[in-house]
Amino acid sequence: MTTMLPVHETASLGDRSRIRRLLNMVGPLLALIGIVLGFGLVYQLQAGLDAHAYAVEKAQRQEKLGLPVEPVHDKWHYICNQKNRFLTVDTFRATANQTVTVGIAAMGMTMIIIGGGIDLSVGSVIALASVATAWCLKSGWTPLSAAGAGVLVGSVCGLLNALMITRLKVVPFIATLGMWGIARGLAKGIASEQKIDAPAGWLGDSVLVRHPDPAWLLVSPGVWTMLLLAVAVWALLRYTALGRYIFAIGSNEATARLCGIRVERVKLYLYSIAGLTTGLAGVMQFCRLTVGDPTTAMGTELDVIAAVVIGGGSLAGGEGSVFGSLVGALIMAFLRTGCTQVGVPTWIQEMIIGAVIVLAVALDHVRRRSTAG
Amino acid sequence: MSDDIASFRLCMTGVRKQFGATRALSDVDLRVGPGEVHALIGENGAGKSTLMKVLSGAVAPDSGSMHIDGVPFAPRRPEDARACGVAMIYQELTLAPHLTVEENVTLGLEETFCGFLRRRTMRRRVVAALEQLGHSDIRPGVRVRDLSIGAQQLVEVARALVSQARIVVMDEPTSSLTREDTVTLFELIRRLRDRGVSIIYISHFLEEVREIADRFTVLRDGVVTGTGSVADTPTERIIELMVGRRLSEMFPRVPREPGEPVLELHGLCGPGMPRNVNLSLRRGEILGLFGLIGAGRSELVRTVFGLRPTMAGTITIAPPGRPAIIDSGATPVRRLAQGVGMLSESRKDEGLALPMSVADNITLSRLGTVSRAGVLNLRRQREAARQWIDRLEIRTQGPAQAVWNLSGGNQQKVAIARLLHQSADILLLDEPTRGIDVGAKIQIYRLMGELAAAGKAILFVSSYLPELMGVCDRIGVMSRGRLADLRDVSRWTEREIMTTAVGGDA
Repeated sequence: MTTMLPVHETASLGDRSRIRRLLNMVGPLLALIGIVLGFGLVYQLQAGLDAHAYAVEKAQRQEKLGLPVEPVHDKWHYICNQKNRFLTVDTFRATANQTVTVGIAAMGMTMIIIGGGIDLSVGSVIALASVATAWCLKSGWTPLSAAGAGVLVGSVCGLLNALMITRLKVVPFIATLGMWGIARGLAKGIASEQKIDAPAGWLGDSVLVRHPDPAWLLVSPGVWTMLLLAVAVWALLRYTALGRYIFAIGSNEATARLCGIRVERVKLYLYSIAGLTTGLAGVMQFCRLTVGDPTTAMGTELDVIAAVVIGGGSLAGGEGSVFGSLVGALIMAFLRTGCTQVGVPTWIQEMIIGAVIVLAVALDHVRRRSTAG
Repeated sequence: MSDDIASFRLCMTGVRKQFGATRALSDVDLRVGPGEVHALIGENGAGKSTLMKVLSGAVAPDSGSMHIDGVPFAPRRPEDARACGVAMIYQELTLAPHLTVEENVTLGLEETFCGFLRRRTMRRRVVAALEQLGHSDIRPGVRVRDLSIGAQQLVEVARALVSQARIVVMDEPTSSLTREDTVTLFELIRRLRDRGVSIIYISHFLEEVREIADRFTVLRDGVVTGTGSVADTPTERIIELMVGRRLSEMFPRVPREPGEPVLELHGLCGPGMPRNVNLSLRRGEILGLFGLIGAGRSELVRTVFGLRPTMAGTITIAPPGRPAIIDSGATPVRRLAQGVGMLSESRKDEGLALPMSVADNITLSRLGTVSRAGVLNLRRQREAARQWIDRLEIRTQGPAQAVWNLSGGNQQKVAIARLLHQSADILLLDEPTRGIDVGAKIQIYRLMGELAAAGKAILFVSSYLPELMGVCDRIGVMSRGRLADLRDVSRWTEREIMTTAVGGDA
């Protein structure tokens, strides 16, 4: 008897899965570029049409007053000769700055979602970390140590999440829902239900500024922090044993256990590291607001989860990419700035963002089914 | 004695294990030589899994000793057993579907340098392992979920190889494989054996045991009832050792007379499968449907029940005492109303709502009988359930007990009770005896016989030939989506059925 494994099938599948992974990477990026260009186009049209209407009106007025009339060109002339104030470096810088909080928190969430978990406490922990940073500054700590304290608070929350999940055997959804309440309450308690005004020092002056100093940085130090963190998390997931264990647990926890992986310990690391990124996101939130506001980042956890999911993460675990999540966070931020610039009311913005989330996941599903065959 | 122990790869002596009041293993001896394929045979619940759990360090024995290559072996955790060269390949594939072949093979065996993976070294080992298995065509970078099940099994074997296993335990490895993949697997097993690896092969497919194993040990109720060379022992003898009784007692016969047709399929086609199936099921008849996995048996049954769309052909249903109707593309709701009931092959995923009570599960498909205007009458529901519990001898604490606390056989009876409660006349039973112990199997055979004698029509899907031969009036064999042949049971032999199923000429 000869071996009859379908050799060709596996070989071609190898290529197909490589193409698929490439698509996974490129898909969200294309969507982002499309969204940015789309808003740019809408902005251009709008500005051109406004200019045309103004010119017509001006001509009418001049005619009525018997003044020499300036010739009115056709609409295309105005649309083409209008300066676009959306597609500018400044817009990108501002949007990137707005992405930082969600983007940094999304790094931790990416790991958790790949590991088959979920973290609903992100918004509250961001608030707690930012309040803690403000409190430390107010007590006279240096900015650096205050920021460190904020990060530490975040990772302690993550560790507590992990302990609830591994020791008390509470599912991540419930455990982190508990932390959602605990951290928010604690933040309000520390701040006595008020905003903490604190001397922000360089945390407020230089981290999330529109024009970084020195200028060769191009984007603010906060954005650089996000990018460096992304590289670090990517390397952790790809090149370390811990990263591989996270994937294995999310893909099939029973298998991971069977293969001698200490699942509980990995989860402890996983949630602590994710908490650390959430703490860092909290510090960034403080840098943006320059006050410690215990009611900030309400519902941010959903933005963060949406960013990860738009970027290809699967809530069933085992799938997700750092790069995708980052692009997902940028997509959300650009939708917001774009809508604001074009003048779409907030309530429509929210509907658009909701629809985009569903659409992204549905498209992902269709694509997966068409390539799975 | 010590010479004796040293000459074997694995020596388990006097292993005992008690769980509460039940004695799972009593003084079990198992001896496996180096480079030997040793079949461990027994019905479900005979103690095979417990014995293997002892070997793999998942369960600590109460007493008894183990030696590997003459060295005492007492694993405390699965990790210890793995370190001593014992690799387990379980019934369900234990791979992480999102990871690549390479990542799966080295999972838990990663080589690291300061926490970072040594990817190149690991890849070399994986490639070497795949080469040794004669499958360098599988690329280490492919994700496991993109592979066929056969290729996935190969990945598991490669994992055993990379972990330097001396003993590989395979627990029903072919239960989810097609014939081709089984052939591939056997080829792998022979390669492993030729490299001096010992293989413990757990199965209750005796044909397979005959094909691959050198020696066998039979367990029944935690006791070794026989051991010997496969070549010197006739199959009938092995079955008797397994079952502990004669074959005629297994399949009690109730006299019955098939009547007029109640379900007729003409040129029935589904999406992909089934393909052009013609079939007529009569009342008072048990029609067996045999086929390998992937032959389209479940698809046929599910198409008839309306869980899959009908692409072409007709389904005619004529419940006794009612006019025949051609209703080809019905939904399960309509089928239930027409008196068709289906028992799913996956009892745990689909067939039963495990956390719900026995009473809820029995009455779920026809709550109308125990409710008024949408409000449940709990007392009536309990009584209805109790009636079926008595009729089918379901062993439970009462109607309120959650189904997941019942044994497999009793769960299956609950599932059948539901079909009876909805007073189905046409019963489509997909693998009704899968994963239940032999006593419960005999009860289900008897129940099927009684139901047929009472005028019900039963379509009985099974991949276990002896039970089909023992229970059915007629047997149809499916192959690649088609109904390849259909004959009275007296006009079939087991060999003919097998050749028809693999697509040869009978």
